[in-house]
Amino acid sequence: MRPLEVVVSGFGGQGVLSAGRLVAAAGLLEGREVSWLPSYGPEMRGGTANCHVIVSDEPIGSPVLNECDALIALNAPSLEKFESMVRPGGTILIDRTLVPEAPARSDVRLIAIEASAKASEMGNMTYAGVILLGALAQATGGFRRDSFEKALAEILPASKHALIPEEMEAFDLGRTLAGP
Amino acid sequence: MALVYQRTCGLLDVPFHYCPGCTHGIVHKLVAEVLCELGLLDGAIGVSSVGCTYNNYEYFACDMQQAAHGRAPAVATGIKRVLPDATVFTYQGDGDLAAIGTAEIVHAAARGERITTVFVNNAIYGMTSGQMAPTTLVGQVTTTSPYGRDAATQGFPINVSEMLATLRGAVYVERVSVTSVKGIRAAKKAIRKAFLVQRKGLGFSFVEVLSTCPTNWGLSPVESLKWVDTAMQEQYPLGVFKGADLEVEP
Amino acid sequence: MDRLPDRVLMKGNEAIAEAAIRAGCRHYFGYPITPQTEIAHYMAKRMKSVGGVFLQAESEVAAINMVYGAAGAGARVMTTSSSPGISLKQEGFSYIAGAELPCVVVNVARCGPGLGGILPAQGDYFQATKGGGHGDYRNAVLAPASVQELYQLTVEAFDLADRYRVLVLILADGTLGQMMEPVSHLEPKDATAAGKPWATVGTGGKRFHNTITSIYIDPERLEAHNLHLQAKYAKIARNEVRCESVGVEGAEVVVTAFGTTARIVRNVIRQAAEEGIKVGLIRPITLWPFPSEAVAAAAAHPSVKALLSVELNAGQMVEDVRLAVNGAKPVQFHGRMGGMLPTQREILERIRAIARPEGGT
Repeated sequence: MRPLEVVVSGFGGQGVLSAGRLVAAAGLLEGREVSWLPSYGPEMRGGTANCHVIVSDEPIGSPVLNECDALIALNAPSLEKFESMVRPGGTILIDRTLVPEAPARSDVRLIAIEASAKASEMGNMTYAGVILLGALAQATGGFRRDSFEKALAEILPASKHALIPEEMEAFDLGRTLAGP
Repeated sequence: MALVYQRTCGLLDVPFHYCPGCTHGIVHKLVAEVLCELGLLDGAIGVSSVGCTYNNYEYFACDMQQAAHGRAPAVATGIKRVLPDATVFTYQGDGDLAAIGTAEIVHAAARGERITTVFVNNAIYGMTSGQMAPTTLVGQVTTTSPYGRDAATQGFPINVSEMLATLRGAVYVERVSVTSVKGIRAAKKAIRKAFLVQRKGLGFSFVEVLSTCPTNWGLSPVESLKWVDTAMQEQYPLGVFKGADLEVEP
Repeated sequence: MDRLPDRVLMKGNEAIAEAAIRAGCRHYFGYPITPQTEIAHYMAKRMKSVGGVFLQAESEVAAINMVYGAAGAGARVMTTSSSPGISLKQEGFSYIAGAELPCVVVNVARCGPGLGGILPAQGDYFQATKGGGHGDYRNAVLAPASVQELYQLTVEAFDLADRYRVLVLILADGTLGQMMEPVSHLEPKDATAAGKPWATVGTGGKRFHNTITSIYIDPERLEAHNLHLQAKYAKIARNEVRCESVGVEGAEVVVTAFGTTARIVRNVIRQAAEEGIKVGLIRPITLWPFPSEAVAAAAAHPSVKALLSVELNAGQMVEDVRLAVNGAKPVQFHGRMGGMLPTQREILERIRAIARPEGGT
């Protein structure tokens, strides 16, 4: 399988780092090599947080991405900052509720989902990221639904395991909204 | 012939290198005697510091570590945390403890480390040849205060015992002197109590011993003892600053 | 294929902490500094469950001196910090070297000088390998390039420290400390295997007192002590050199890089191969002792036109590369500073310039 290289970016507190970690954990559950590299430091508070995630069959060289297959942008500054990293033919996934702007790129696939609005309807804003992860899985085929579900069980604290069925609903919604 | 006096088992048969009239030798003997009398010597680990007593690890018969300037309380903390049942002490002078090692002594005391510090205060840097110490009295002449310590530019002496006594972790703090037989007896009692406080696991124990430095003070040994009793005691009154009512005798 | 049951996703900083515990480290003294503070968080939690000691020291200086005391008392002990904190610890490094105390120190390096920034850098290479403290001494310096290797080298660092009675410094960087990768846990080591008859644990009334010291006022004794230390360092240099050499045979360009930088170079090697340029990599795993022989051997290959040292600094390891190459081939340097990482493209351009100086193929 070809490697999946993803940048997830948004405001600190939007669950950007956890979303990336879920992708890495799902990849690991499929027996693949993975790396997860967070931005760290003061910008984590209120500013832009991002992480680089790689899932590959081969040992991973640089954990630092200069280019990526997919960008998940949860806010407008993230789209502006990172859209140039997406390879031609790659995918940009944006939370349309928070990112009214369109990317400047025309050589990539755009998946714009009202993720925050849908999450709000579901009663939990943190599902916005999960919806976009569902769309990412659908668009790239980079990881499986069942491994994502297992990854949730691994990463969420036991007290939140009861939410996994709802999280998966959000994930499936994202898959549907991503289109074929 | 009846044996009336012998060297304490806590000291090795090595001659001290201290100057004539210096009271370090007396303080060493008191520490060693207390360790022997309490049966603590075999499980004791001492920490030598930087200053005239840098190599007193050659004198004490127990295991010893030598620490960098001022760091003895941190080194002792490391030892005690590995060997909680050991009796751990530091032996430090005022240049070492009250200047470069202020942070280490304050925090060891604040943590209530179960260690004992014997603090020998002679109001001067001895080993490096008589520079001004944080404990140097106002007006006192040293090689770096040749016109006498000027409070306006060189500040005031630090009363370490009084300062440490404000910390909750420091449970026993006393200042003694060794200028008379009576004083030496009282000093030994204080050192004994400090080690017993440690054995009982009550917290940090500290004995400050006012000491002489005839060589760098430029006084005779007898004049030096007098100077401790007068000028030094005026700045550094003797007494128990913390833990007077602790009952630790077995 | 499903994930191996023992492969878990760990942050580099957590891997260091867990590895130390598995290696029998039960004493940790530290002071908070980004980007390594997760080690302290992990130790604060985990030491309690294994009956160990976590102590947050009042300063970096105090922490390294607590390490001195604990190591002298025979314990496997560690402290960790990041660049500015490691500077403060240099005093302790020198005393630990003089007193021959085994211990492990980790530098999850950030960029300087001064407070600099918190992003990854390799500007502490000189400090790590050439001293930093006073006097003639060496620390063994290990340079991991993945979270798994961080784990493994941390475990091995304790053995190395005990074997030679030296300080073993692990030089990582913020990227390695912060990133997550899968880690396979090694079997716990028998930490009590090595006896330490020199340790100060109390005489028990059974032997003459042990003393731990770095001071020798008598010049003859001090010279003898220094000669003893140098003989020990020579032995380490003979026995403990480690490096990874990839594709050096037949390479046109050999890149030298360690840690995170070597990871970036790996990608570049693949890209260069697609253009028909064969690039080799020498990745020192021990920065001291430096793998001079491997570098010299690489330079001696007739196919090699030049070496290129890629580092996150202004040119530090490249000095050791030049010493090893000893003029046999040109040695070039490419570095970034301030927390900036070299892009794969810029490294590739440097390689192209060496392999295809006319710009042709």
